[in-house]
Amino acid sequence: MTAPAAMIELTYRDAIREAIRDVLRRDKNVFLMGEDVGRYGGCYAVTKGLLAEFGPERIRDTPLSESGFTGAGIGAAMAGMRPIVELMTVNFSLLALDQILNTAATVRHMSGNQFGVPLVIRMATGAGRQLAAQHSHSLEGWYAHIPGIKVLAPATVEDARGMLWTALQDPDPVLIFENVMLYNMTGRLAADAGAVDIDKAVVRRTGRDISLITYGGSLWKTLEAAAALAAEDVDAEVIDLRSLRPIDDATIMTSVRKTRRAVIVDEGWRSGSLSAEICTRIIEQAFWELDVPIGRVCSEEVPIPYPRHLEIAAIPQVPKIVAAAKIALGRA
Amino acid sequence: MVEFRMPSLGADMEAGTLVEWLVKPGDQVKRGDVVAVVETQKGAIEIEVFETGRIEQILVDLNSKVPVGTPLARIRTELERKAGVALAPAAPPASVAEAPPGVLPAAPRPSRPASMAPPIATLPSVAGRARVSPAARRLAETHGVDLATVTGSGPSGAIVRADVERRLTAAPASAEKKRPTGLNLDAMRTAIAAAMARSKREIPHYYLEHQVDVTSCEQWLTRTNALRPPGGRLLMAALAAKSVAVAARRFTLFNGFYHDDKYEPASAVHLGIAIAIRGGGLAAPALHDVDQMPLDELMTRMRDLVQRMRAGRIRSSEMSNSTITVSSLGERGVDALHGVIYPPQVALIGFGKVVARPWVIDGAIGPRSIVTITLAADHRVSDGHAGALFLAEIGKLLQEPEKL
Repeated sequence: MTAPAAMIELTYRDAIREAIRDVLRRDKNVFLMGEDVGRYGGCYAVTKGLLAEFGPERIRDTPLSESGFTGAGIGAAMAGMRPIVELMTVNFSLLALDQILNTAATVRHMSGNQFGVPLVIRMATGAGRQLAAQHSHSLEGWYAHIPGIKVLAPATVEDARGMLWTALQDPDPVLIFENVMLYNMTGRLAADAGAVDIDKAVVRRTGRDISLITYGGSLWKTLEAAAALAAEDVDAEVIDLRSLRPIDDATIMTSVRKTRRAVIVDEGWRSGSLSAEICTRIIEQAFWELDVPIGRVCSEEVPIPYPRHLEIAAIPQVPKIVAAAKIALGRA
Repeated sequence: MVEFRMPSLGADMEAGTLVEWLVKPGDQVKRGDVVAVVETQKGAIEIEVFETGRIEQILVDLNSKVPVGTPLARIRTELERKAGVALAPAAPPASVAEAPPGVLPAAPRPSRPASMAPPIATLPSVAGRARVSPAARRLAETHGVDLATVTGSGPSGAIVRADVERRLTAAPASAEKKRPTGLNLDAMRTAIAAAMARSKREIPHYYLEHQVDVTSCEQWLTRTNALRPPGGRLLMAALAAKSVAVAARRFTLFNGFYHDDKYEPASAVHLGIAIAIRGGGLAAPALHDVDQMPLDELMTRMRDLVQRMRAGRIRSSEMSNSTITVSSLGERGVDALHGVIYPPQVALIGFGKVVARPWVIDGAIGPRSIVTITLAADHRVSDGHAGALFLAEIGKLLQEPEKL
C-alpha cells in the first residue's frame, strides 16, 4: 500500500501544460504545432516554456493557416506520428473545418480502414472575456455532430491534466475544447495525477430533486446554482458530461430516473444545440420517468455582444440556472 | 377532447364489462352524472363522469370487456366548446403547446422574475385535460389508480409521481373494503371475509355501549311525519346517521384512516351505511358529507342507496372512501350490535332496536324509548375515554332532533 499522494494546487492552464509536457516526454512521436505555441508561449500561455524544453522540432510555430497545418497534422498522424494541433480558438477552427470534417473524420471510412488519424486537436472555446462576437463562439456542439471524431470538454484540473494522454492513445481524431474562462481557475490535484477516461460523464454533485446536466465552463456556474438551490432546500444533482461525443447516456438516464426532472445548461445557442440532443435522448430513453418538461439554459440567440453587461446577459448565468430549476420544481 | 376511461374500482380490478350506456353521442353530461354501467367481478357498478361537456363519441361496444384505463367515450368539455376547439376527432390535445413561443398564452406565474426568466417550456393548460407527468401516468396505470382522484402538486398543479405515490399509500385497502351489489354474492362474501379477517387481525378493537333515551326523537318524528306522505317520511335511521356524522366531525379520532402505522383524520365525513343484501351479503357504500346534509336530503339519499344497493347498482364514487361506518340492525330485533371495523377506518357505530323500557326521569319511573348505541373503535388511535365522550355526544345530539 502506498501513501496517498501529496496534493498540489495549480491552474487549469498549468494542468494542460503539464499534460502536454508529460505526453512529449512519454512518446517521442508526439509533437505540438499551432499559431504562437512556441516563441510566444501560446495565446493563453498554455505552452510557455515548452519550446525551450523540447526544441523547435517538437514545438512548432505555424503560419496563420489553420486549414494547412491541420491538414499537415492529419498527414503526420496517418504516417504514424501522434501530433497535437492547437487551433487557438474554436472561432478559427472554422477555417480548418474542411480538414476536420472531410478528412480527419472520414479517412478511416474512405480508405477502407487502411488509414486512421490518431490526431488530437486542442482549442479554446466560449465567451466571457469581452472578445466580441467573432471570438466568443461555443461551437463544440457542432463538432459533436460529426461521426468519426471524439469531442471532449475538460472542466476540472484533473481532466485538463488527464484527458490528453488518453486522447492520444485513441486511434481516431479527438477534439479537446478548453473553455477560456477556466484557464485561470485553480484546483487541487494529486501530484502524481495521470490519465483519466474520456468516455464517461461524472456526477459532480449528488442530489435527489433535479438533474442539472452541463459541461465545460458552465459546470462551475451550475455547481454554484446547485449550492444556491440547496439553501432553498432543493437537492440538485450536477452531471459533468466531459465527453460530448460520445455522450454517456447511462449516467444521464440513471440520474433523471432518480430525480424525474432535468435542466440542461449549455453555452451553445439553443436551436439545434447539444442541449437539444441531450433533451431528445432523455425523451427517447426516459420519457416515462419524467415529472416535468425538460428545461434548458442556453446562450441567447444573438452574436455574443461586446459590452460586458450584454455579454453577461447573453450566456448562461447562475440566476438563470436557479430560475430554470425552480420552474421545473414548480417553485417559480 | 377528454377521454372517459374505464375506471379502477379497486386495486384488484383489471378489467370491466360495459353492460349499459346511459348516454349517447350528443348528450350533455356534467360532473357526477352516471353515464354507464360496468359489470365487475363484484357486481354492476354505475360509472360517473368527471367532466362537464358533451358526449362526442362512444368508443366501446356493449358487453365488451376492456382493461382499466381503456377510453370508453370522448367528451368535448365546456371549456373546449367555449374556446372553439375544432371538433375533428384527431384534434391534437397539445396543439396549443406547438404554437410559436410568441403567441403562447402567458402561463400564470406572477412570481417569476421577468428579467431572469429562462425560456423554459411552460405549457399552458390545455382545456379539459388534466396535466399528468409521464412518470405519474405510468405509476397510476401500473397500480390502477384513477387519476381523477389524485391532486396535483407539480408545476401549475400537474400531477407528478409523488402525488400518485401519496394516493397509493392513502388507500391501500380499497380492494378489501366492502363491496356493494347483490349480483355476485360469492365474490362479496370473499371481500367481506378478507376485510373482516384483516380487521380482526390488525385492529385492536375496544367496545363501548351507551343507552340513549330517544323518546324525544320518536315524538319529533311522529309530529314531523304526520304532515307528510309516506314516501317523504323521515326514519330514525336518518337521525342516527346525522347524529353520528355531526359528532364524528367534532371527534376527529374516529373519522379517518389508519395505514402504515399512522392515523390520518379525514377532512370530511363520508358515512358508510351498512346495508344487508337479500340472499346474504353486506355492503357499506358511502354517503358523502353527511354532516353537512339536511335531514330530508339524507333520508332521500339513504332510501335511494338502499334501493340501488339491493338492486345491485351502485356508483363508483360510493364504492370506497367512507371515513366511518354506521350499522343499524335495530328493526331486526336485537338490543345491541358490536361491530367489526372496516379497515382502514377506525370506528364503527352500531344502533340496536328502539325498545320501550322503564326509565327513571326526575326521580320517577316511566316508560321511555331506549336505544343502545355501541362504538367499536381502534385502540391504536383512540382510548376509551375519548370513545365515551364521542358516544355521549351522539346521545346528546339525539336529544334535540329538530337541530339535526
